[in-house]
Amino acid sequence: MKLTQLALAVVLALAPSVGAAQDKSIIVASTTSTQDSGLFGHILPVLKAKTGIDVKVVAQGTGQALDTGRRGDADVVFVHAKVLEEKFIADGFGVQRFDVMYNDFVLIGPTADPALVKGGKDILSALRAIHSTGSAFVSRGDKSGTHAAELALWKAASLDPAANKPTWYREIGQGMGAALNTSSVLGAYVLADRGTWISFRNKDTLGIVVEGDKALFNQYGVMLVNPAKHPSVKQAHGQAFIDWLTSVDGQNAIRGYKIDGQQLFFPNYAAGEMKKSG
Amino acid sequence: MDTQSALSLILSGDPALFAILRLSLVVTLSATLLGGLVGLPLGAIVALTRFPGRAGVVVTLNGLMGLPPVVVGLLVFLAFSRSGPLGSLGLLFTPQAMIIAQAVLITPIISALTRQVIEDLWAEYRDEFTAMDVRPWPRMQALLWDARFALVTILLAGFGRAAAEVGAVMIVGGNIDGFTRVMTTSIALETSKGNLPLAIGLGMVLIGIILAVNAIAWSLRLWSARHAG
Amino acid sequence: MRDKRDGAVANQTWQPARADIAEITAVDDNGLEPKIAGTPSVLVLNGIVVCAGATTLLDRVTLHIRAGAPTAVVGPNGSGKTTLLRLAMGLVTPTAGTLRVDPAKRAIVFQKPVMLRRTVADNVAFALRAARQSADREAVSTLLAVVGLVALADRPARQLSGGEQQRLGIARALARRPQLLLLDEATASLDPAQTNIIEDLIGAIARSGVKVVFATHDRGQARRLAGDIVFLVRGRVNAHAPVDTFFTTPPTEAAKRFLSSDLVL
Repeated sequence: MKLTQLALAVVLALAPSVGAAQDKSIIVASTTSTQDSGLFGHILPVLKAKTGIDVKVVAQGTGQALDTGRRGDADVVFVHAKVLEEKFIADGFGVQRFDVMYNDFVLIGPTADPALVKGGKDILSALRAIHSTGSAFVSRGDKSGTHAAELALWKAASLDPAANKPTWYREIGQGMGAALNTSSVLGAYVLADRGTWISFRNKDTLGIVVEGDKALFNQYGVMLVNPAKHPSVKQAHGQAFIDWLTSVDGQNAIRGYKIDGQQLFFPNYAAGEMKKSG
Repeated sequence: MDTQSALSLILSGDPALFAILRLSLVVTLSATLLGGLVGLPLGAIVALTRFPGRAGVVVTLNGLMGLPPVVVGLLVFLAFSRSGPLGSLGLLFTPQAMIIAQAVLITPIISALTRQVIEDLWAEYRDEFTAMDVRPWPRMQALLWDARFALVTILLAGFGRAAAEVGAVMIVGGNIDGFTRVMTTSIALETSKGNLPLAIGLGMVLIGIILAVNAIAWSLRLWSARHAG
Repeated sequence: MRDKRDGAVANQTWQPARADIAEITAVDDNGLEPKIAGTPSVLVLNGIVVCAGATTLLDRVTLHIRAGAPTAVVGPNGSGKTTLLRLAMGLVTPTAGTLRVDPAKRAIVFQKPVMLRRTVADNVAFALRAARQSADREAVSTLLAVVGLVALADRPARQLSGGEQQRLGIARALARRPQLLLLDEATASLDPAQTNIIEDLIGAIARSGVKVVFATHDRGQARRLAGDIVFLVRGRVNAHAPVDTFFTTPPTEAAKRFLSSDLVL
């Protein structure tokens, strides 16, 4: 009967396909900043050519990426919130954490520069100026690595707009691109990672106003999800990805990614720096 | 990227774009098919049977037409996560999960509207069918067939809803490049990258596809009406 | 004697199944029971009352309809003709009284039969399958030939004219191989030509042994086709007489006034 054949076809289409490609693939939970910057588009083909592994990147905020790892829905977690990553390891959800690369955050602001912070080298005094002038500021507000860094900086400046919620502090709960779009429209300041900023296409009236402060250092780390907690984790391939990422080959690939001649990420895996799980 | 180069990228038959278009159609058409296979009989059954709590079911189905896609995505995500009840199926972050999520999203629309259509048609056919002593199963088949034009429109409504949504497929699919990236998630991504002209261009293409599907359904209906009234 | 319209009615033998209903010779309220002794009753109503809310649609109706020539049900609008037929078909539940009829052997054609959204042939096939009969090409063609719709077999049923749709309704009813065929105002909305075709059809069906009970407001039609007349007034059987009696010597005052178009209710 026609209907039965149709139903059968639908069921078969839905059955998880078992192909050769599926076996050599892993899911990496990463951040929107690494995706939006275009880094993966550049380095993953190199990895694929070398190892034949298909890396499927699910780009979420750092908070969500760690949660995905915790649930066992990803094989590898690659984010930029060192404190949260170390907690991930301490809680037993990850095997080991490795430094991979760093870039820095930059404070982006409108050409009008209402808080008069442009050209400064001190992020904390810039934040204080924004706070006292009540200039518009966009926050990621999404538990991402960038958001965590932003909150840490406010804290270091002894301020807490996230708790007080003054009207000039706009928490949008979205990724870096959305935050930049919003800032462009509102004429607001926003903390961004340099990688996303360079590759962002809608710069409009925005520009870098503060950079170079040591406090703006942004470290990326990679971890294998613990197979002891989730047996479905593809341990071999996941580890191969991490090994490549921290190898000379992988580090060179990262170094080689440039937009408009500018390097976005700086590889810094050092064999001496390792944190083991408890 | 300016408007010019965005348009030329789209019109050049870029293979990556093609793959995204193809996946969008496969996911949404499959979801519509699945939603129809479940929703049409479900709507007909609710229309034609009396059972305790029927009024509540009707109200619920009507209400679920407004299911937020992102909520559906979240529920399906939790169900198929490795830490969830159906985790062992390994369906998360696959096109199959996206099909299921969209099917869940549009089945209430299809059932609720089908229920109304079949109920109205039954009011018209009731005497004849009772006089002819038609049994329940042939009755349902006959009503569904005779209502086919209205039902096609209902399926198109479901298709439109699924084709337009981004919340569900983003969460359960993960917008993985080359694997679960569809038109709507691409548009969201390009927007977040600040590639607004490209995003709008993709939006135009998506609308064009949806209109094309509707046009095909319309001509199918014209042809069918001519042949069997 | 009327001409048979070309292709309108074919000389098909239509063999309905015979029922096993015992002979009844009870007498109704009015004492006007036509005594056709020895013929089986096809439809028996006893003290039937049908109420819809505050309105009484049928008021203590007792009738014995016997096999043979068609029975016409006549009466002014609102006298209960349609309710009577629907009751006989089992579509209406009486508030009181009893009904005796073979449920598997009855069929009805409504005043405006509902056409299924498919071809004429598929409509008939549907009726055959519902009646648990074989719906093969031959069975369908036979029925279409009886009502003269063979040429329109593949036409969408909704595109048919009023008379053609009525004939399709009759074909669907005949698919049930009924012993009792109920027709509700079959020609009410048809022009004279179409009316003639339907009347010829009714005659042929009756001659093949099917008991036809038809409601009509057309007195001439009742006289042409019927063997006996049931005359309803406000839900009551005012008279039940052989056709000649009813028309030449009307048995009641109301019947007299009805026939002289004088009955105002």
